[in-house]
Amino acid sequence: MELRGRRIVASPAGWLIWGAVLFFFVMLAGVIASVVVSSFGTRWFDTWLPQGWTAGWYGRAWDDFTLGPVLVVTLEVAVLVVGLSLLIGVPAAYTLARRSFPGRRLLQLLFLLPILMPPITYGIPLATVLYKYGFAGHLSGVVLANLVPSVPFVILTMTPFIEQIDPQLERAARMCGATTRQIFLRVLAPLLVPGILAAAILVLVRTVGMFELTFLTAGPDSQTLVVALYYSMSSAGIRAQQSVDAMAVIYTSMMLVLLVVALRFVNPTQLVARVRDEDP
Amino acid sequence: MTALRHRLADRGVDRNLLLLLPAAGFVVVLFVYPFLYGIGLSLRPPEGGPLGAYRRFLTDPYLRDTVTTTLGLSLPAALLNVLASVPIAYRMRGRYRGKRVLTTLLVLPITLGTVLTAQGLLNFLGPTGWFNRALLGAGLIDEPVRLTHNYWGVFLSLVITGFPFAFLLVSSYLSGIDPTLERAAATLGANARQRFRRITLPLLAPGLATTFCLSFVLAFSVFPSAVLVGDPAGETRVISIAAYEAAYVQYDYVLASALAVIMGVVELVVIGLVLGWRALLYTGSTIGKG
Repeated sequence: MELRGRRIVASPAGWLIWGAVLFFFVMLAGVIASVVVSSFGTRWFDTWLPQGWTAGWYGRAWDDFTLGPVLVVTLEVAVLVVGLSLLIGVPAAYTLARRSFPGRRLLQLLFLLPILMPPITYGIPLATVLYKYGFAGHLSGVVLANLVPSVPFVILTMTPFIEQIDPQLERAARMCGATTRQIFLRVLAPLLVPGILAAAILVLVRTVGMFELTFLTAGPDSQTLVVALYYSMSSAGIRAQQSVDAMAVIYTSMMLVLLVVALRFVNPTQLVARVRDEDP
Repeated sequence: MTALRHRLADRGVDRNLLLLLPAAGFVVVLFVYPFLYGIGLSLRPPEGGPLGAYRRFLTDPYLRDTVTTTLGLSLPAALLNVLASVPIAYRMRGRYRGKRVLTTLLVLPITLGTVLTAQGLLNFLGPTGWFNRALLGAGLIDEPVRLTHNYWGVFLSLVITGFPFAFLLVSSYLSGIDPTLERAAATLGANARQRFRRITLPLLAPGLATTFCLSFVLAFSVFPSAVLVGDPAGETRVISIAAYEAAYVQYDYVLASALAVIMGVVELVVIGLVLGWRALLYTGSTIGKG
């Protein structure tokens, strides 16, 4: 009984499902391979494969799009957003998870809204306000805009982790005379490290991939990699197609490294509910 | 003074709530204030009274139709992503070798980003791409199928970027349902179909509603792919393109804010309907023994 569900030899419905998965993978492989092949090819028109092979597009993309500074900006934005959103979000997540007080549900809704709204809807008014006060067009504007979805995201990810910690630990620490600050630094922080790491990595991945908000607030010298990539592609015709491909490959390999690191620390299928182990 | 403080502390209000202050202040300053500012701005057009920008939206079909275009793209894409994830995630439950690899492969498209997806779709599905080449070679079609620079290009890009996300959420909801419940049903004589329909699906339904909402939000704000693989002036002129053009091409911030407000309202209506339906479902513990 148990074994049957696990074998790949299954019912017609099972075959259909695996067929769909396979089709998805074939499409995906085609999409990825065509970009990778094109980024290494010399001339590619109306044939199965390019006429020749070269790695020169990578060097050219690096120079054409000034990728060095762009990567530095991407890194700066990512580090600042992760650090600030953790600093702001973790204490709030703690209070929301532990305490009940009037207006708690309203606050929870308020923290959920930035995640539920598409970035463009609040991005345009936000960019207008940031331009008005002179933040937009610089690194600070990009960081501020990216914090808007990141802080609620930290709160959302941290809450289940905090709920898992036994409140008696804090009570015991308080009995022993610890202040709130000491409880945070000595008791909670060490226990929360896995949760903080998970939230940090997820925010990092989101920030590096966040297009809309950065696009709306970035100036010429505060573009992150996604935005630079979009501009290079939408202004196609000036640049060779292959150097855009090369840049897209650079972006994807960077994201891939991040994702593999993230999957080492976070089990993606247990983000919403932490479940006890299944009986073998 | 002390009495007041005690009374407040009884209701849960004390100094520890100050920990919430940075986050709350942050959301108010950078989310609520800009939003209200945008609404205010949208109500102050240079001509036509306070509702001028909205009236312009309703009377100009080039603007009005962007809503139906956006919904026509995002609703089917989100629905497909959620419905396809259910059987796949259901099959992939439990422990077996290679599960982590399979999960990683399914989640891989998250790393692609919209631009590589767009570029890849253009290369792969384009008139001289591998896909058309293979179909032509196999004799299935006589001339290349047009799948880019139209509705289908954007739709496929939404599926590729949205499916992994929906899959992750659905499988995490599924892993939260205690497998002993199904086993109990099996000992009572329920077959696989009955177990899925009567036990798993009802417990999963609220999670599916949430997943649908989040997938819909992702698909609804489609912007880069609609420009790059779509037909941004015609078939896939979604509302975010219209809003962007108003703000950054025509510098008409009034119209841009009005479009952003309309976009938010339409999206919240859809989410409200789905969550309203979700409220009718069972949302309790999914762990059998309690």
